[in-house]
Amino acid sequence: MAYLLIFFPLFITAIAAVIKSNRWRPLMLPLASVPHFLMTIYTLITPGMDITNSSLKLDPPGKLILLVVSTLFLFCSFYAVPYLRYRKERKNRLFCSCLITFLSTMSLVTWAQHLGMLWVAIEATTLVTAPLIYFNHTQFSIEAMWKYLLVGSVGIAMALLGTFFLAYASIHVGLEATLNYSTLIENAPRLSKIWLHLAFILLLIGYGTKMGLAPMHTWKPDAYGESPGVVGAIFAGGITSCAFLALLRVYHICYAANEGSYVSRLLIFMGLLSMAVAALFMIRQRDLKRMLAYSSIEHMGILIIGLGIGVPALFGTLLHVITNGLTKGVLFLSVGNIHRAYGSKNIDHVHGALRLLPLSGTMFLAGFLAITGSPPFGPFVSEFAILNGAFSVNKYWVGGGYLALLMLVFIGMGATVLSAIQGVAPGDISEKPKFRDGLTTGAPILGLMVIVLILGIYIPTPLQELINDAVVFLGGQR
Amino acid sequence: MENILNALLVIILMLNLFTLGTSRIQSVIHTVAIQGFLLGFLPLLVHEHIKFASIAVSLTAIILKGFVIPKMMSQALRDAHIKREVEPLIGILPSMILGALATIFALLFTSQMPLSGDNVSKLIVPSSIATILIGFIILTTRFKALSQVIGYLILENGIFIFGILLMEAMPMVIEMGVLLDLFVGIFVSCIIISKINQSFSSMDTRILSSLKE
Repeated sequence: MAYLLIFFPLFITAIAAVIKSNRWRPLMLPLASVPHFLMTIYTLITPGMDITNSSLKLDPPGKLILLVVSTLFLFCSFYAVPYLRYRKERKNRLFCSCLITFLSTMSLVTWAQHLGMLWVAIEATTLVTAPLIYFNHTQFSIEAMWKYLLVGSVGIAMALLGTFFLAYASIHVGLEATLNYSTLIENAPRLSKIWLHLAFILLLIGYGTKMGLAPMHTWKPDAYGESPGVVGAIFAGGITSCAFLALLRVYHICYAANEGSYVSRLLIFMGLLSMAVAALFMIRQRDLKRMLAYSSIEHMGILIIGLGIGVPALFGTLLHVITNGLTKGVLFLSVGNIHRAYGSKNIDHVHGALRLLPLSGTMFLAGFLAITGSPPFGPFVSEFAILNGAFSVNKYWVGGGYLALLMLVFIGMGATVLSAIQGVAPGDISEKPKFRDGLTTGAPILGLMVIVLILGIYIPTPLQELINDAVVFLGGQR
Repeated sequence: MENILNALLVIILMLNLFTLGTSRIQSVIHTVAIQGFLLGFLPLLVHEHIKFASIAVSLTAIILKGFVIPKMMSQALRDAHIKREVEPLIGILPSMILGALATIFALLFTSQMPLSGDNVSKLIVPSSIATILIGFIILTTRFKALSQVIGYLILENGIFIFGILLMEAMPMVIEMGVLLDLFVGIFVSCIIISKINQSFSSMDTRILSSLKE
């Protein structure tokens, strides 16, 4: 099954690359995403489908990430078709090919049980997504792509060094060198502590760069700000989730090596720092897409804090990967529509989105309420579960800081969002809008929003079981 | 074997300093090409039993790091019509001194770290860390986009040296994947550099500063 999930999108990429018609090529996106999604579901519900060989195995955290990214991609692919039709002046061969290839590299990330393979897959996601930022062919987008590629590659190189250090931690104590995930977990208590510590720091920096944790977040507002909304959604919900999975594996090894307290301090520090940086830059932020980039940095911080708190917050953290990923989809896709209607993503020009774009405006507002943790949406449940975890292990300072920063983000983000959706649109735009809400660009957003809402009210039993399995897998109790 | 390995690593360290000591970008590319070519032989020297996998990795590394990647960079350089790294953040001589200090630091650092018993580690770990640090120096002190890619390549070379200790842990397919990622990464960077050059008529990354708060 692993080979099917990895090679099927590549096959579609090949077809997309040879199709000559700029008009029909985008249809390859749903053609890749629908079977991929169905195969994902089939793999998850059929026992025994989750093992291909010793280095390709889908463990519970991998299943979770595969599910969330495949779902997000499904909706994004349906959105991308009308989007690319709207932007028919641009050639989309490279765009479609890279986007579909991402599906394949992402699948490899979730299946990889060898940390070297995991690294190769994550670096591959960097490389295939870099050209996506350049879709608009402006000087700004070149700059953003360059920063993303350079910062991302150097960061990821650090992760490779960290991976090597991890392998050296077993050589040093006389064990056979290995990067096999399950063997490392087994050997964890005997690994050389100092090499393990160094490895963890490098891996945190490396995969943290990919997630966009402060202070390695500098590429993120630029890349998210200059790329199309649908790419922003894939970045904020897909790539970051993949990088988080890598960090989750590293956390698991350190936890199994009884280094939980060392790791936890670093993770909580980085998490709170990321939230604080994001909150500061979100205040008076005038650019909608950059604001969402900072929101993504904030939520990566939340995930890392959850990981730092450890087992009591793991359920919330894993749930938050899902709710954050899908809500980011809602936000980026609706901002994409707003950007097109106004020809701008700056709130100096964007006013009255609620009236001009009833659906996208409403979805943007609902997405904002969801992502800032307002009930009854999904992120409220997950953020609350993380807070609960913090208090249950008596980390009152962490919980308090986390709450204060959430509040600050709510205020900062709220000012920008409300300014964009309230009021009246400028005359020339409201008379002759360049873009109106339609079924094809609206339905995917609505679909994602419905899932986010459902997750806030009721978590379906299979999903609950899957998350519980993952928590147990990572060392918790049922 | 160990003597050859030793000599090779010393040459690699000297080439590091050489990359810092010149402002002609073409010379830097040549130096990195020689370094990459020599690096490719390391997997054959470290292990007593030469296996098919190490020969394959060696050959791929030699071809990619010694020939293909430098060729791409030279091409990008020719298209850009530039020759020198003018006004680096710190001058040529100070950066060489910094490089030498980084090498000494790497040696001291490794002597503090617990290494596994064999002698191979004692040579490879400091060389690897020194090369990584010098890659960082180039990345942060040079402003031409191409120089920064060269810095990244040297950084990767340093990591490759460390990886030689871990041939057992990295199956051949994955080792090849790492090299492929490196190749594609630099390929994409060279394309971006030519785009930067077309749009801005310059390769200086300091002009890439319009996106900020």
